[in-house]
Amino acid sequence: MIYNIPYLAVAALILLGLYALIFKRNLIKMVIGITLIESGVNLFLITLGYRKESIAPIYTSSPGGIMSFPVPQALTLTSIVIGVAVIALMLSLVMHIYRHYGTLDARETRRLKE
Amino acid sequence: MNVPDYIIPLIVAIPLLGAFLTPLVSRINDKLRNIFVIIVLALNAVLVFLLASDILTTGIKTYVFGAKDLSYPIVRILFEVDAMSIFMAIISSILVLVAVVYSWSFMEKNTGLDKYYTLILLLTAGMLGMVLTGDMFNFFVFLEITSIASCALIAFWIHRGESVEAGFKYIVISAMGALFVLFAVALLYGQYNALNIALLSSVIQYTFLDKIALVLLIVALAMKAGIVPMHMWLPDSYGSAPSSISIILVSATLASLYGVFRVIFTLYGNVLSNIANFGIPVNVFIGWLIVALAMVSILIGVIMALIQTDFKRLIAYGAVAELGYMFLGIGAGITALGTAYGKTALDGGIFHIINDALDVGLLFLVAGAIYYATKETSLDKLGGLARNMKYTTVFFVIGLLAVAGMPPLNGFASKLLIYESTFQLNPILAIVAILSSILLLAVFVKVFYSAFMGPQLPKFKDVKEVPKSMLFSMGVIACIIVIFGLFPEVIINNIVEPAANALIGYSEYISQVVAGGI
Amino acid sequence: MSGMSKIVKTISSIIFPFITIYGLYVIAHGHLTPGGGFQGGAVVASGLAMLLVAYGSVWTMGKLKEKHLSINQTLESVGAIGFIGLAFFGLIFGTKIFFNNFLVNKQDYLFGATVKLGETAANINTAGILPLMNFAVGLKVIAGLFGIVLLMAYATRLKEGK
Repeated sequence: MIYNIPYLAVAALILLGLYALIFKRNLIKMVIGITLIESGVNLFLITLGYRKESIAPIYTSSPGGIMSFPVPQALTLTSIVIGVAVIALMLSLVMHIYRHYGTLDARETRRLKE
Repeated sequence: MNVPDYIIPLIVAIPLLGAFLTPLVSRINDKLRNIFVIIVLALNAVLVFLLASDILTTGIKTYVFGAKDLSYPIVRILFEVDAMSIFMAIISSILVLVAVVYSWSFMEKNTGLDKYYTLILLLTAGMLGMVLTGDMFNFFVFLEITSIASCALIAFWIHRGESVEAGFKYIVISAMGALFVLFAVALLYGQYNALNIALLSSVIQYTFLDKIALVLLIVALAMKAGIVPMHMWLPDSYGSAPSSISIILVSATLASLYGVFRVIFTLYGNVLSNIANFGIPVNVFIGWLIVALAMVSILIGVIMALIQTDFKRLIAYGAVAELGYMFLGIGAGITALGTAYGKTALDGGIFHIINDALDVGLLFLVAGAIYYATKETSLDKLGGLARNMKYTTVFFVIGLLAVAGMPPLNGFASKLLIYESTFQLNPILAIVAILSSILLLAVFVKVFYSAFMGPQLPKFKDVKEVPKSMLFSMGVIACIIVIFGLFPEVIINNIVEPAANALIGYSEYISQVVAGGI
Repeated sequence: MSGMSKIVKTISSIIFPFITIYGLYVIAHGHLTPGGGFQGGAVVASGLAMLLVAYGSVWTMGKLKEKHLSINQTLESVGAIGFIGLAFFGLIFGTKIFFNNFLVNKQDYLFGATVKLGETAANINTAGILPLMNFAVGLKVIAGLFGIVLLMAYATRLKEGK
């Protein structure tokens, strides 16, 4: 059971992120929603590579025992790096939206209708 | 014609290197930078065509990064190029090259052009990577590169609030879609311990988690392709971006469409042809789902195009309808997998991909030319432009007839294949598709009258024809459209048919990586 | 964004060199320990961001000229070109494969030593082109992230001016 807790956390994070993305009106909160989903997915990847009572896969001479699987960790790192770029871009766009519209409310930043 | 294997990574690496060299080159001279970018992309297009001539004669090619052979396909990044990949790569490289030539005059007066060209080259690298890669995680990375670069380009005219708003919408949709893709990849990786598409495809079981992964992948990629329930970002982005970017965005959207096809036909290829769920074969289920999405796309696209008053938004809704036609062909092909008319439908759907890219691309370039000449995109304020802009008018008529599927242009050739085959699947589908196509013609004829015909408006008296580089790039696309329309059999036999065979022949794709195949 | 109090300014000036050294250490040991070009670069860039916050964007923009920003962009390009260039060198040297690690286990060159199995103390002089790629990525990340932070600070100054 205790080893399933990370998966529950993954589900909670992703659902929370989707909630923020769909129901929140503030653009910054929408960006936070995206980061929450991203953390959930990253946590899921990391958890996949974990084995019970394993050691970190960085030794040239390991003290014995099983190692965690390094590939999911490499994938997570890549995903984090991409996430930084996406979040930076989003926040800078939010800044420009604020400069043009004078508000961060998603209901009022809609000149492109139809 | 045989080419060395290392040409495959070079197709992605040369635009990437060019992207990072561009800021340095633009220190020297603006004109030199433009020439540099055009040379890089032209060289890349030549490499793509060389590779295409090889792939189409000898079959699938693979390339492993950093290793001599395929001894550890689980860990290594692998590029696997088949006829479908190279078909998409040809579309992307042509459109990007045309867009860059067009930008020479179109973007002349803007500042920050070194970043503009850097982003275009990055976008090119991302799109080509998406279609050439044979690894799910790598696909995700290239998907993100494409999204980030295209979002920054959509918001390039940052002084306009609409552009920034469209860019934000686009990046939210893309980031969510890409995270769905990553989650699906993680689900597959956790079960089968593999990221390679061929390896995954050879072991996939269609368990409960696989179904979730399939749904996530199709939803996310269809969202990025702009199929109807998830199309709301597409008119905004296409309409607000500079026209030279709209045409590249068309090809970026098609790269996502390629992702949908790769997932359904190759990753789940074994499932698609051999497994039944609740007594219904999986291919019939997925096929009808896609046909339904396609019909909705066609109808909504055409109806929304009727009521638009902005030139570029109207074309964007036309593009949604055209995406529907592609999906209709492919969906009918999946439903009737293995029959003769199913094959025809696939051919039609795939042929329509390249035709749509060219037709819609040409229309966007014309819209950009009108904006360049008059600084106006609203159809209510335009009028009588045919007197001053003769060549542009001719190009618009060609694009209009092609997009509406009039003979003898290319849109007719592919739409005829789709009508023929869907009529055998279900006559109603074909009838609705034909009627929508006629409506689309009506929409664009309306545009033609309101923008080009009628009396000359006094404020457009001094409007001049656009510069030569823009005319040249529109002319190149118009020529390709006419040639495709006059000789469709040549194109179908040489490029489209191998691509359709590559989509169906998933076991060949697998056997290149996994010893023995299925 | 104006600067913070004198205490904050002094403390961040004192801490800044340590953060930078730590970031450079993470970059240099990227092939031996967890971390690498991106992580170390992010540490250094966050040190720079701390200085920016402590001294305020008004003061910083007064000090920084257009020339410095263009140097920053050049460094970013150079880092990226270094990474891709090393991958291209793999096509030229050795077994002629893209991303080929052509320097690994070549005893005569820098970073060419062979890793001994079972050795506990890590040898920094190993791993071929990986450390070089880490340096390139580190340079790009420092320049890139600092550029992002700087531009965002610049935009806040614009709004206050209005």
